[in-house]
Amino acid sequence: MSNSITDTLSKLGKVTLFLGQVLRASAPALLRPRLIAQQVYNCGARSLVIIMLCGLFVGMVLGLQGYDLLARFGSESALGVAATLGLLKELGPVVTALLFAGRAGTSLTSEIGLMRATDQLTAMQMMAVDPLRRVIAPRFIGGIIAMPLLAAVFNVIGIFGAQLVGVTLMGVDQGTFWSQMQGAVGLRDVNEGIVKSMAFGVICSLLAVYEGYHTEPTAAGVGLATTRTVVASSVMTLIVDYMLTAAFIKG
Amino acid sequence: MAEAPQDKSAQDRVVDVRGVHYLAGSHAIFSDLNISVQRGSITAVMGPSGTGKTTLLRLITGQVQPASGTVEVFGQDVATLDHKGVFALRKRVGMLFQNGALLTDLDVFENVAFPVREHTKLPEPLLQTLVVSKLQAVGLRGAAHLMPQQLSGGMARRVALARAIVMDPEVLIYDEPFVGLDPISMGVVCRLIRQLNDALGITSIVVSHDVQEVGSIADQSYIIAGGKVIASGSSEQLQHSTEPAVRQFLQGEADGPVPFHYPAGDYHQQLLQLVRNS
Repeated sequence: MSNSITDTLSKLGKVTLFLGQVLRASAPALLRPRLIAQQVYNCGARSLVIIMLCGLFVGMVLGLQGYDLLARFGSESALGVAATLGLLKELGPVVTALLFAGRAGTSLTSEIGLMRATDQLTAMQMMAVDPLRRVIAPRFIGGIIAMPLLAAVFNVIGIFGAQLVGVTLMGVDQGTFWSQMQGAVGLRDVNEGIVKSMAFGVICSLLAVYEGYHTEPTAAGVGLATTRTVVASSVMTLIVDYMLTAAFIKG
Repeated sequence: MAEAPQDKSAQDRVVDVRGVHYLAGSHAIFSDLNISVQRGSITAVMGPSGTGKTTLLRLITGQVQPASGTVEVFGQDVATLDHKGVFALRKRVGMLFQNGALLTDLDVFENVAFPVREHTKLPEPLLQTLVVSKLQAVGLRGAAHLMPQQLSGGMARRVALARAIVMDPEVLIYDEPFVGLDPISMGVVCRLIRQLNDALGITSIVVSHDVQEVGSIADQSYIIAGGKVIASGSSEQLQHSTEPAVRQFLQGEADGPVPFHYPAGDYHQQLLQLVRNS
């Protein structure tokens, strides 16, 4: 028990130190937008289909559950507000982050891990190229840019899904659905979601590149690192989600 | 035989390893290792598996530091160099990795162009000329558009070789260049090492345990075992060595100073024990 606590703490420290290194390497990497654009495409565009599909279904479920719950109090007309706030502030950022960890995070880790296992990173160092600048930083920045964009897509599709079920299936009035939403949802709510998804973007991208960079250079090592990425990203996302939520509600 | 011939002046020594001790954990990889490489020569470093040949390359390129002793490259002590100094040194040293270590997300052309794009701002036509000429030198100009996954082991190594020479290094280091190659590819790589060495005036260091191949091209060979140089000289001189460890290695004998059996208890005792237990 005490071992696993010290292990967790020392890992936290190592990741933080690594974050410092990556940030230092990020400044020169920013001067090469083409490398970053490529990574935004890699982790963003390639996760788009799964994000859209999941967004649709999460929105539809919200529509059903929300309608069922609100109907008990006779306030089905608030369905638009409930679904939108739920998506913007919670489900959008969190579910996107979990999907991102599973889809983009794992592929980042295994890609970098394989580069480590096949000496590509060492070869770069031997060519006097810093892999932190050339490989790690662009992927880290790309992930941070991609995450809020993916969350935005998730939210839009999710709201559409909630509308689909609530209005088309359950018969909530179209006008009420949208006008209530317009009245009750403010820019503050949108910002909360953006801040959250940016924070999750940092967490998921950082953990993915950290695990990849520190992979034990064997086939088994790459597998283990990929698993650790998903587990650590998911847990950290949920913990930080609570902290941010508490901060927003208190503040 | 343990000392290299000292007839050349110190300026001609491109790499000079003196009295190096290196520990991996508590296990000593090198104790008092001495190796020097003459400018323009091909130097072979041979030895049984696990004698730290790759560690030697890491010492020379400043990836690891010795516990004591000095490693001098181009007359600079590698241990005293900072990050910038090490990177400046590496720009003058090319290295060929065992499996090529090509970047898997770039095609052959871009792999060879990679160091040029990273370190220079050459105009595109000039860069293309440069890359094409290096690919022509290794016979793979026609494979420029292929991805690393589509290459055979020998081809991958030749691409890596083109990449290693694209920045015109003064020293070229080969880490096990013959492992896993068919006889034709082996012959090709062997010939390329000799040709590049002579045509470009490069100093080559070849780490290998393929005695025949490396012996046929090396000007000077070192055999490392047990953490130190046990023999050095031309291939001719090594062939006539009477040292048992050298003979075992060069002739490929199964038993000798390097034992066939991993240390274990008495065989008969163990068999009897097993019978008694059953």
